[in-house]
Amino acid sequence: MAGIDTPAVELRAEPWSAGRTARAIVRFVMRVISIVLLVAAWEILARSGTVTPFVLPSLSSVLARIWNDLIAGDLLINAGLTLYRALVGFLIAAVGGIAIGMAMSRSRLANWFFDPIISVGFPMPKIAFLPIVILWLGLYDVSKISMIVVDAIFPVVAATLIGIQGVERELIWSARNMGAQNRELLWQIILPAALPQIMTGLQVALPIALIVAVVTEMLMGGYGLGGAMITASGFADSRGVFAGIVEIAFVGYCLVKAMSMLRRRLLIWHQEAQDPTTA
Amino acid sequence: MIAALIRYSPLLLLALLWEAAARLHLVSSLALPPLSDVAAAWFEMMRSGELIANGASSMWRAGAGLFLSIIIGAVLGIVMAWWRPVNILLSPLVEIFYPMPKSALIPVTVIWLGFGDGSKILLIFLGCMLPVTLGAFNGARSSDQALVWSARSMGANKLRMLWDVVVPSAMPELLNGIRTALALSFILLVSSELIVSRQGFGYLIGFLGANGSYEAMFAVVLTVAFLGFVADRIYLLIMRRALQWRE
Repeated sequence: MAGIDTPAVELRAEPWSAGRTARAIVRFVMRVISIVLLVAAWEILARSGTVTPFVLPSLSSVLARIWNDLIAGDLLINAGLTLYRALVGFLIAAVGGIAIGMAMSRSRLANWFFDPIISVGFPMPKIAFLPIVILWLGLYDVSKISMIVVDAIFPVVAATLIGIQGVERELIWSARNMGAQNRELLWQIILPAALPQIMTGLQVALPIALIVAVVTEMLMGGYGLGGAMITASGFADSRGVFAGIVEIAFVGYCLVKAMSMLRRRLLIWHQEAQDPTTA
Repeated sequence: MIAALIRYSPLLLLALLWEAAARLHLVSSLALPPLSDVAAAWFEMMRSGELIANGASSMWRAGAGLFLSIIIGAVLGIVMAWWRPVNILLSPLVEIFYPMPKSALIPVTVIWLGFGDGSKILLIFLGCMLPVTLGAFNGARSSDQALVWSARSMGANKLRMLWDVVVPSAMPELLNGIRTALALSFILLVSSELIVSRQGFGYLIGFLGANGSYEAMFAVVLTVAFLGFVADRIYLLIMRRALQWRE
């Protein structure tokens, strides 16, 4: 069949039947088959001896390594530290970004000052400033978190601005008509109406926060998932490196999923029919 | 011109503050060398060719990685939207790998391809491909059914339809995906060069910082930031031009 397929939506609530179970099984198999194939290919390739274990350690040995880290407690410490840095940075960026976006939309002075900074700063690779931040703030959490904030704040500000600008005039007029004060207008009308855009901005900012957390840890060493990976690669311990990838990917996946669940929860009143683009 | 000057006056103000703070010794000149010294260091590095040589190797890495990711990512996304089996097979993988913090791949690409250009190109390719794929996929999937049907009824064959209907309607989202990839390529380039490299902007930044020549380090950092900004602006111009037919 050629054509653009629309996702099949099952609207009929069929009673339980063998056919339905079979179809559910088929769908499940289809969903996991590529992952199973990938995992199998990894394991077979690694065991076949075509590549050295240094280039590609077998998945089972990597999983064993992760398990050992988990038992020893290293994994929890490292993952906890990485998450702590990423999330603290993300929260500061979220609150600060929404505040700056709100200020820009309401005050001409704030807009004059921040607009060029945002438009120039957003597309810049801010990670290049990391050595300067280290120079100023040292090698500890302060500089890691500051770097995360600097990187994650721009999408939030931009999204907040777009969201607030996109609020329908009629909504504001009718609220004013009904006697809403400025403060009420902001908290009860403008912010909720801009929330979908703001959430999109946060959904962009969260993976950035994690990327930057990992990079700063790699550069500064020490504890954390990124630091553990760099230590492992320094000892030519490729099992540790691959374990790090799996762990970081897992953390990233959970965070992104949690964020899109939060979006669904917060925007349950909103008519956005489908998921945000990246799920 | 005047309007631009007024618009960007806060940046000038910040630059003046920088210069004043450093000149008046409000902050240590180690922590913040005066902007004029940074400019002097920049000209010196341009003259000696240091900046250009390192910049060229960085740009080659970013360009090659980005080029591969755009070509392969776009084809993959459109194919995924066009043939359902491919979509079923690949979308779980995309879903798993898309949220992965791409910087985690830095040590692995080094294990596979060493310290040189290859590992950076591979990293940028892998890191930038999925945003492009997703843009192409979302764009192609949203192409107007009516257009597809009318093209079919006018007797367009599959490939023709793909090229004339699906690809153009995927364009806006695809181009947005590429913009994300462009920004990501700079981030990945600089971080991988900072971490492991013997050449390139990131290497230069780390090297100068370690030697305490902070004016030069600031100069390189500002150069990279400026290049990232300029690349985005040029891309925006191209993107608007490419989407003009939609008006």
